[in-house]
Amino acid sequence: MTAVSTPASLQQSVHAMDNEEVLRIRNDFPVLDQLVNGKPLVYLDSGATSQNPLSVIEAEQEFYEQRNAAVHRGAHHLAVEATEAFEDARQRVADFVGAQYEETVWTSNATEGLNLVSYALSNAALWAAQGRGSSALKELAIGPGDEIVVTEMEHHANLIPWQELAFRTGATLKYIPITDDGALRLDAAGEIIGNRTRVLAFTHASNVLGTINPVAELVAMARRVGALVVLDACQSVPHMAVNVKDLDVDFAVFSGHKMLAPTGVGVLYGKQELLNVLPPFLTGGSMITTVTMERAEYLPAPQRFEAGTQRISQAVALATAVNYLAETGIDRIHAWEATLGQRLVKGLESIDGIRVVGPPSGAERIGLAAFDVAGVHAHDVGQFLDDRGIAVRVGHHCAQPLHRRLGLTATTRASTYLYNTTDDVDAFLDAVSGVRAYFQA
Amino acid sequence: MSLDQLYQQIILDHSKQRHGSGLAGTTAPAGASTGQSHQLNPVCGDEVTLRLAVADGTVQQISWDGAGCSISMASASVLSELGEGMSVEELHSVIDNFREVLRSRGKVQADPEILGDAAAFEGVARYAARVKCAMISWVAAEDALNQATT
Repeated sequence: MTAVSTPASLQQSVHAMDNEEVLRIRNDFPVLDQLVNGKPLVYLDSGATSQNPLSVIEAEQEFYEQRNAAVHRGAHHLAVEATEAFEDARQRVADFVGAQYEETVWTSNATEGLNLVSYALSNAALWAAQGRGSSALKELAIGPGDEIVVTEMEHHANLIPWQELAFRTGATLKYIPITDDGALRLDAAGEIIGNRTRVLAFTHASNVLGTINPVAELVAMARRVGALVVLDACQSVPHMAVNVKDLDVDFAVFSGHKMLAPTGVGVLYGKQELLNVLPPFLTGGSMITTVTMERAEYLPAPQRFEAGTQRISQAVALATAVNYLAETGIDRIHAWEATLGQRLVKGLESIDGIRVVGPPSGAERIGLAAFDVAGVHAHDVGQFLDDRGIAVRVGHHCAQPLHRRLGLTATTRASTYLYNTTDDVDAFLDAVSGVRAYFQA
Repeated sequence: MSLDQLYQQIILDHSKQRHGSGLAGTTAPAGASTGQSHQLNPVCGDEVTLRLAVADGTVQQISWDGAGCSISMASASVLSELGEGMSVEELHSVIDNFREVLRSRGKVQADPEILGDAAAFEGVARYAARVKCAMISWVAAEDALNQATT
């Protein structure tokens, strides 16, 4: 009976998650407890957006019921309370990813974070050309002849901002290709990332392929040539332990709504020395020191990049979501979802006419799987599954170039989270096995 | 509303045996005026390019290329079969009727006298996310018809 003397917290950290625990977790998510088309909802679309536990919903409500006020302005009691809640939330989220408080910028979502970096970089070129700002800006300025490197597997959010940065600056956009199994071709990356490379932007984990990219190798390539590294951590931070310092990236972004928090809040991490010299993206109130009729001086990060009234209740809710993930144990969640991911792929591979994209079963992947059904369009697959109460994503998943590379226009994607059981996966697989017969394919 | 009412057999059949499919293989009748329209639904990637030939006030030919779900492909096929031989005014009025049914959220019943096989798409009206799938080729036809007649 040695278990009796083991503290509950330690027990939790050593025991792997199982269906029994997941069923308890599900009680915290009211939205999951409903019938869709007369069948119990099987929610397999957390890669698009996750559900909120009661503690998160209540944190947002509590903020509005008791502490709502504008932050960083006003000396009254509520303003102080709101500011404290807002800044405590920043510290909590920063801690979760190993960042410093000053390096953690609130954004609306990851997309805004990536746009922020790309616009700050093109503003750096404008400032440097006019001798404005720190002399360090000259090194950050991008221009004709420079290269920006992304990968073939990027989400549009980590692709289009770089296309547009290339357009604004005259730089060239280059792509690291993928293998047919959805891995980055590091041999090619080593040749593409060269002395002209100024920015290397890539996803930590692919929202379509499920591939987890080798950050350390890619960062090492970027360091050799002095390029900035921008990491899209949307599909990693919610599902696995991420420490931005250990990864040694220059910037990283993620979204709250993919990690049990509401929409409208995301995070940009940036190294302090970079954030404090980069020009701002959005300008206005709350981010300035002195304003004259001619020009303004700007605060250091994070306020430097937080113009206007912020998303306060969402930030507070995101910190609560982070607590939920941390209390459950992010490594345990990662392990559970890896199990679900393998179950998905193995099951799909055994169904006739299904082509799973990304790593085959047995190879590492996050807890999602996208696939093509021979003779049936993804939209029809999604409709068929919805009729059985199963929610999946269909389409190009904001990755058109990747789908073109795979020779597809659309796929169906099932993506799991900590509240999914193996029964969810099995119900999904059972339904998928009936798709081709239904559509007479 | 069951799935079978959405995916009626006639829709599944047309999604496979596509009438009018293949722009490259058809040439417009001599002397006809033509219009061509490309429509794309960026949400799902459904895509249709439709060409329509008109002579003496009559729709002589409707041919198209497309990629998309069974609803969008079947809809283009049915339209092409139904529209050929109609007068310009008739086709305009059938398109208007189809749109009204599809956008009614199930409140307006399809009249097979007017819509023929296209009445089978009545069930789509109850699936708001799929209405555009059924409409895409009809929007293209309306655009092409306007081009061919102006």
